[in-house]
Amino acid sequence: MNIIVLVKQVPDTSEVKINRETNTLIRDGVPSIINPFDMFAIEEALRLREKHGGKVTAITMGPPQAAESLKEAVSLGVDDVVLLSDRAFAGADTWATSYALSQGIRKIGEYDLIIAGKQAIDGDTAQVGPETADMLGIPFVAYIRKIEQIAGNRMTAERLMDEGYDVVETSLPALITVVKEINQPRLPSLKGKMKAKSLKVTTWNAADIKADDSKCGLKGSPTKVVRIFPPVPRGQREVLTGTMEDQITTAVRKLKEQALI
Amino acid sequence: MSVTVISAKCTGCETCVSTCPFGAIEMRDGAAFITEACTMCGACVEACEFKAIERSEEAAGPAADLSAYKGVWVFAEQHKGEISSVALELIGEGRKLADKKKTVLAAVFMGHGIKGKAQDLIAYGADRVYVADDPALKDFNDDTYAAVLTGLARQHKPEIILAGATAIGRSFFPKVASTLYTGLTADCTVLDIDIESGHLHQTRPAFGGNIMATIVTPNHRPQMATVRHKVMKPAQRNDSRTGEIIEVKFTPAGDLRTRVIKTIEELGETVNICEADIIVAGGRGLGSAKNFQLVEELAKALGGAVAATRGAVDEGWIPYAHQVGQTGKTVCPKLYIACGISGAIQHVAGMQSSEVIVAVNKDPEAPIFNVATYGIVGDIHEVLPIMIKKIREMRGTA
Repeated sequence: MNIIVLVKQVPDTSEVKINRETNTLIRDGVPSIINPFDMFAIEEALRLREKHGGKVTAITMGPPQAAESLKEAVSLGVDDVVLLSDRAFAGADTWATSYALSQGIRKIGEYDLIIAGKQAIDGDTAQVGPETADMLGIPFVAYIRKIEQIAGNRMTAERLMDEGYDVVETSLPALITVVKEINQPRLPSLKGKMKAKSLKVTTWNAADIKADDSKCGLKGSPTKVVRIFPPVPRGQREVLTGTMEDQITTAVRKLKEQALI
Repeated sequence: MSVTVISAKCTGCETCVSTCPFGAIEMRDGAAFITEACTMCGACVEACEFKAIERSEEAAGPAADLSAYKGVWVFAEQHKGEISSVALELIGEGRKLADKKKTVLAAVFMGHGIKGKAQDLIAYGADRVYVADDPALKDFNDDTYAAVLTGLARQHKPEIILAGATAIGRSFFPKVASTLYTGLTADCTVLDIDIESGHLHQTRPAFGGNIMATIVTPNHRPQMATVRHKVMKPAQRNDSRTGEIIEVKFTPAGDLRTRVIKTIEELGETVNICEADIIVAGGRGLGSAKNFQLVEELAKALGGAVAATRGAVDEGWIPYAHQVGQTGKTVCPKLYIACGISGAIQHVAGMQSSEVIVAVNKDPEAPIFNVATYGIVGDIHEVLPIMIKKIREMRGTA
C-alpha cells in the first residue's frame, strides 16, 4: 500500500522563551524539528508498510531549509520525500497550504492512505489535514488513536472524541490525522541516517505542481494576520505563607470567597 | 502585501529581529533583512521605533460582493440530543456580534430526533434555527455534517459562522471552509466585529500560547471561526423569546464513505475536561499511581474533573484523554489545581488561560508558580489529604 505522510517543520516551541522585559519571543538558538504529532504519523505509516508492504512518501511545504525535516524522515525509514518550495508559497494560511499540498499529492500520484499529525505545535490549527482531504475529494477522519484493520479498500479505526472514542469505518483512499496515543515513534537507524546524508531532496515549485498562482501563498490565503502581540500576563500571583496548614486554610478561604468552590 | 525594510531609516538596533515570531528577520550589512520565512504579520512594523519597516497593503484576492452576506450563524452542537454547553456559549457570543452589527442570529442544529430541542435555542437567543433531523445525521460524520452546513451557507450566505473548538467543530469546519474557499480561524479566545468593514477580528493564541494573533478574512465570506470552550459567557434562557424554526431536508448523496460503527464513552459526564469548571491535575511529582488517587479524591470532593500532565499519562496512571498540554487538550476552567506539576511550558500552554490557578509543589522555584494565582509550597502527600479534609468539612457545613 502506498502511504503519503504530511510533515511540517516547526520551531521547537518548548525551547521558545519569553523575554519578560520586552514580552517578545526569544528564538535565538531555537531548533527546528519535525512537528511532534507528525512523528506519530510517520511511525504509523512505517508500521503499515511493514505489515502490508508498499511505499511511504513524506511531503512538506516550506522554505529550502525544510528539506532537513524530510531528511530526518528518511533517517526514520521513509522511502521517498518531496519538498514543495517556492517564493509564491510564502505567507500561506491553512487554505493555501492545503491547496499546494493537494497539488503536490496529485503529482505524486497513486496512494491508498494519507496520514498527518493531529495539528502542528506552532499554529495549532488542525486545519491543513481536513482541508487537504477536501481538495483531493477523499474522506477525512480526525484524531485516530488506533488503526484496527485495513481490508481491501476499507479501513476501521478508533477516533478519539471529547467523551470517549468512536469506531469508524472509512473507504480508502482517505486522509487521517493521528493523536499521540497511536504509537511510540522509533529512533532513526544508522542505515537511515546514512541514506539521509547523501539524499538529494526532490523539490517542486509552483509550476511543477501546476499550481494556480492566485491560490498560492499570501495571495491565495483568505485569512490575514493583522496583529501579533504578547498575551496579557496573568493577574496577581501570590505564594502563600505560614505553616502548611495555614497556607491550605488561606487557599481554601480565598477560593470560597470567590465562589469558585 | 509585502513587508519591506527602508534601509536608510534602519539603525541596526535589532529590535525587530527579536520581535519577529517567525524568526524571519536577519541582520545583513548592519541592517534588517526580511527572509522568506516572513508571513507578513506586521509584528516588526509595530515594534520598529524608527518607522524603518513598512507593510504595503494591496487589494488582494477576488473582490467578492461581501454585502450579499448577512447574519451571524452558530453551529449548535449536540450529543445524544442534548445541546452542548459550548453551543450556549456561542449563542451568547453570536448574539453580541449580531446585535452590534444589527443583524440576525441563526443556529444550525443537526442530528437525529432533535427537532423538539430547536425551540430551546430560540429561548437562549437565536432568532432563527435551521434544523436538519435525519437518521444519517445521528452520528458525527465529517461528510454529512459538512454537506448540511455547506448547502445552507451557499443558499443563505451568512457573513459569519462559528463553531465550538471541540473534537467535532475542529474536524468538520475545515472541510466547509475549504469547499467554500473562505478563511477559518481555529480556537479563538476573543471575537469582535468592525461595524464599518464587517470584518470579524478573531484573536487566538499560537506558539503554545506564547503569542496572540488577531486574524481577519478581508475578502472572503462567510468568515468562519472555531471558539474555545469556556471562554465566552453562556447565553441565559428566556422562554418568552420568539423565533423561526426552519426544517432542512437532508438526503445523503449515495453511500456514505465513512460511518461510525459504535461510540464508546470512556469518560463519565464530569470528566470531559474541556467542559469542567473545576479541574484537579496531577503530575509526575505524585510519584505513583496510588498517590495519583489523591488527585482523584480531591476532584471528587470538589465535584471537578481529573487531568494530568504528559508525564503522569506516560507513567500509565491515567488515560491519554485526560492529558492537558501541547500534545493533549487545552482547557480553561474557572479553577485549576495543579498538584505535583513542575510547570513545563508544554503543560502550561494547555492550562494557562484558566481563571484561577492553585499550584502545590514542594519546590518553591518550580515554574508552575509563575502562572499560579495562589501557590502552596509543600509536599503534595501532606498537602492533599489536609486540603481534601478541609473541603469536605466546608462542603458539609456549607
